[in-house]
Amino acid sequence: MPVTCVEEGRHLTAAVAGELDHHGARAVMEELDRQIDAAMPRELTLDLKGLTFTDSSGIAVLLRSWRRMGQLQGAMRVVNTPAQAGKVFQAAGLGRIIRFE
Amino acid sequence: MKVENHVSLEFPSASANEGFARSAAACFAAQLDPTLEEINDVKTAVSEAVTNAIVHAYPDTLGKIVMKLRIRDDHSLEIIVRDWGVGITDVDQARAPLFTTGGEERSGMGFTIMESFMDTLKVRSQLGKGTTVTMRRNIARRAGR
Repeated sequence: MPVTCVEEGRHLTAAVAGELDHHGARAVMEELDRQIDAAMPRELTLDLKGLTFTDSSGIAVLLRSWRRMGQLQGAMRVVNTPAQAGKVFQAAGLGRIIRFE
Repeated sequence: MKVENHVSLEFPSASANEGFARSAAACFAAQLDPTLEEINDVKTAVSEAVTNAIVHAYPDTLGKIVMKLRIRDDHSLEIIVRDWGVGITDVDQARAPLFTTGGEERSGMGFTIMESFMDTLKVRSQLGKGTTVTMRRNIARRAGR
């Protein structure tokens, strides 16, 4: 479950690829925590282009990053959400609190 | 309603089997000639049901999970996920959005996802005896096939 991060100034882009489920969620959360703590970004962009599957584990991952960015008084946006993941996030009403572009 | 084909899979509640279970369900459901969206809906719901059994039914041990898949003559897929774990204290509460006993790694949206991706969802549980989740999804018959 690879997480690839690119830092530019105070902007962190994290790309999450592969299948995201309960089995891999903890490692993804820990990696995102580590990257956010190291970069202390003003804005986090989560790029989900390579995310081939997610279940509700992905909801918990997004909410955790969103909360951490809130604690840093930063912003978070999610880009390139595939259709399957989008349907899961929509069923959970995530669009009401997280910015999807 | 007649069952036209069926398969039964037994596996231990190891989290590595989450991916196996949803892939197996997708392969079996392929006989109904589903769209990519229908296949993804089945995979997502199976992932939720099996993850519940892995996380909640057997919190400190590895236990037995049985997944049954049935193709019915009304062109629907029935999925039954059964465990013999601790059971659910209050099924209505467990099905409510955002309710979870799984800590901050879980979102509490598992049953909500199953409900919105499947046509029917039934949960039967007895404390100390286990839980059976039965869901059904109609697969549209496509013209020209």
